[in-house]
Amino acid sequence: MGITSTKTVAVTGNQAVAEALRQLNPDVMPAYPITPSTGIMESFTSFVSNGKVDTETILVESEHSAMSACIGAAAAGGRVATATSAQGLALMWEMLHIASGYRLPILMALVNRALSAPLNIHGDHSDGMGMRDCGWIQLFCENAQEAYDNTIMAYRIAEHKDVRLPIAVNMDGFIISHSIESMQYITDEDVKKFVGEYIAIDPLLDIDNPKSIGALVLTDYYMEHKRAQHQAMLNVKKVVQDVSAEFAKMTGRNYGLFETYRLDDAEVAIVALNSAAGTIKDEIDRYREKGMKAGLLKPRVFRPFPYEEVGAALKNAKAVCVMDRADSYGGYGPLFMEIASALSPHKGPAMFNKIYGLGGRDLMPLDVDQVIEETAEVAKTGKVKIMKDYLSVRS
Amino acid sequence: MKQMNWKELPHAGTVLKAGNANEYKTGSWRTYKPRWIEENCIHCLFCWIYCPDSAVLVKDEKMAGFDYDHCKGCGVCAMECPGKKGNKAIVMEEEGK
Amino acid sequence: MTTTQEKPLTLKSLSHKKDNLSGGHRMCSGCGAPTVVRQVLLAIDEPVVIANATGCLEVSTCLFPYTAWQVPWMHSAFENAAATASGIETMYRALRKKGKIKKDIKFIAFGGDGGTYDIGFQALSGAMERGHQLLYICYDNGAYMNTGIQRSSATPFGADTTTCPVGSKVPGKGQRRKDLTRIMAAHNVAYAAQASPHNWKDLMTKVKKALATNGPAYMGVIAPCNRGWRTQTNDSILLSRLAVDTCYWPLYEVEGGKWTINYDPKDKKKPVAEWLKPQGRFKHLFAPGNEALLARFQELVDQDWESLQKMAGAFGKK
Repeated sequence: MGITSTKTVAVTGNQAVAEALRQLNPDVMPAYPITPSTGIMESFTSFVSNGKVDTETILVESEHSAMSACIGAAAAGGRVATATSAQGLALMWEMLHIASGYRLPILMALVNRALSAPLNIHGDHSDGMGMRDCGWIQLFCENAQEAYDNTIMAYRIAEHKDVRLPIAVNMDGFIISHSIESMQYITDEDVKKFVGEYIAIDPLLDIDNPKSIGALVLTDYYMEHKRAQHQAMLNVKKVVQDVSAEFAKMTGRNYGLFETYRLDDAEVAIVALNSAAGTIKDEIDRYREKGMKAGLLKPRVFRPFPYEEVGAALKNAKAVCVMDRADSYGGYGPLFMEIASALSPHKGPAMFNKIYGLGGRDLMPLDVDQVIEETAEVAKTGKVKIMKDYLSVRS
Repeated sequence: MKQMNWKELPHAGTVLKAGNANEYKTGSWRTYKPRWIEENCIHCLFCWIYCPDSAVLVKDEKMAGFDYDHCKGCGVCAMECPGKKGNKAIVMEEEGK
Repeated sequence: MTTTQEKPLTLKSLSHKKDNLSGGHRMCSGCGAPTVVRQVLLAIDEPVVIANATGCLEVSTCLFPYTAWQVPWMHSAFENAAATASGIETMYRALRKKGKIKKDIKFIAFGGDGGTYDIGFQALSGAMERGHQLLYICYDNGAYMNTGIQRSSATPFGADTTTCPVGSKVPGKGQRRKDLTRIMAAHNVAYAAQASPHNWKDLMTKVKKALATNGPAYMGVIAPCNRGWRTQTNDSILLSRLAVDTCYWPLYEVEGGKWTINYDPKDKKKPVAEWLKPQGRFKHLFAPGNEALLARFQELVDQDWESLQKMAGAFGKK
């Protein structure tokens, strides 16, 4: 079959995700506005008001109720989606665990924004990282095209019978959500064919087979429930790869567990998530021209984290700098800790951690150059002077 | 009920057998046990509508006894029973006596 | 819009129906809450789906691997029965619109006073404001009983709880209780009412009315707790009756802005002390030196009863 594509469009990340949701046409969408994800809701409710979707929206009175309503609606037996950021995500934290514990394939568009305090509405990864223990599948996206594509793939991953877990698609607040990029959409018919019909498991609205969801579980059974949930998460990796392969056939765009950029023979390796990868790739090209063997690894699937594959991809580098757009105060950055876990079986490269871009602080090319040169120095000497440091902060 | 291993759990821990709490015998909780005195019963069915444990049996619109597997001996039935001419149709007696 | 019953509501005719709350649940001996639930479920003829807030009712009726519920039932968290139910009800409407579901299904949310008056207040307010076709029933035992009798905003004035215990300096709860039924009426819900399990006929009539009304509905039902109230296991119905006869818990309804008192004890109205005396949580109110507290309790009851009568007079039958 031919590659599906509409004409090239110029849209913001929020518009792209809203368009994906329009094409996915979920049954119910409970949502509460919060900058910078509000645009998704506004575009979507405009679709609702003009009869372009069949979705019933619930304009809930808080994000906690948004996720609660998502859980009720998904358990009732249909496709559910929502969108949020930062404080909104933090407010629904309790319910995120419940959504995954109940094995409900809910889709969330998470527009990454800094967590208070201090109050800041701009893009960093503290919100996404704050939910990494919640049992959700987490996909991270560099740009509007990836955000759109991953949203289209999300239900196929989440609803797979070996998975049945909720899924969050992350993109940088303002940087991607509000910036216009050129990208390609998939046709409505092809999205519809790709995503398929929703198959409910034990829906509440099947009143001929009444059931109880949400029992109290004591010390004798809780751990068995969690072991089963762990198993579902173990199954995600293969499902992501299969769905992505099918997606590639349809669109010509290939997505793996992560993206590598000039990493194969790299001695100097940078690891970063989302939009910063774009700037880093440019600087890697410049240093490559100068003769440095530099490369990038950009994770796409953060949960479940593909430790084996990432370890294999990075083990031959001489030095790795992991750039975190979030921090775990008193620890290393969350991405650093994952990479360290991935590299721990290997007698591999020296590693260090840079915290950058918090609260939407731009990552400038000169900042990336500083990191590349510092990593090159570590590659040469094998010694790390400072394990964890903050980049581009006035001191 | 034999304890399930993690593979045997119902999907997402959903309890699929509606009303299977019936298999759990709360009758062992009792200290006092209700005794029905049929000749004083007017079959008003107050005992049935007030019982917290669905433990009053009704057949053909008449009081038919107690489900002692589940009766916790709270005594609400005896308290609310109007009886006949001041004589209750339900009295509470100490269990095991 | 109210409904007229096709057949008279009698215990004999009801006794043919299936009890949709089975025995074998773990509620305390003599608890008022399961009696309320049984009566609610017996009042319903259509299929119903329940959302239940965390609390006594929820943990005791569904403890893995058992459930006492014979109807579809869901619990998700403490403060969100109304939000969870909003999601279920909306999915029903969405699937119904698409022709994927054809049956008429009713939706009920149960919450204790904890999960309704306090932590669940926001979700309840939101759901009622949005107009979901949902009946929210609060079984009100006047404290966070499941976690061991801590005060809620539904706890009566002067009550002893574990977080406002009676001591040498503090005589129990200092604040009067919140009047949630009136707050719901002020939300302009389609139907709001108070009920009591001793008057099963009034309770069931109200449930039927609420479910037949177009729009969101709220019912507050008194549900005595012999543990938290420090009473006997056999007096939940007696205490429900006394609560109504003393006008502490009046039976009334508000339909589309019209206020109706369903039961007026008139000259049989009892002093509230008769309701308070059997309850251990109020025994200090009868200690010498505490007469002013007891008087204050009666004053609060009288004020509320008087204002309710005024509402019924002003906004009642024309």
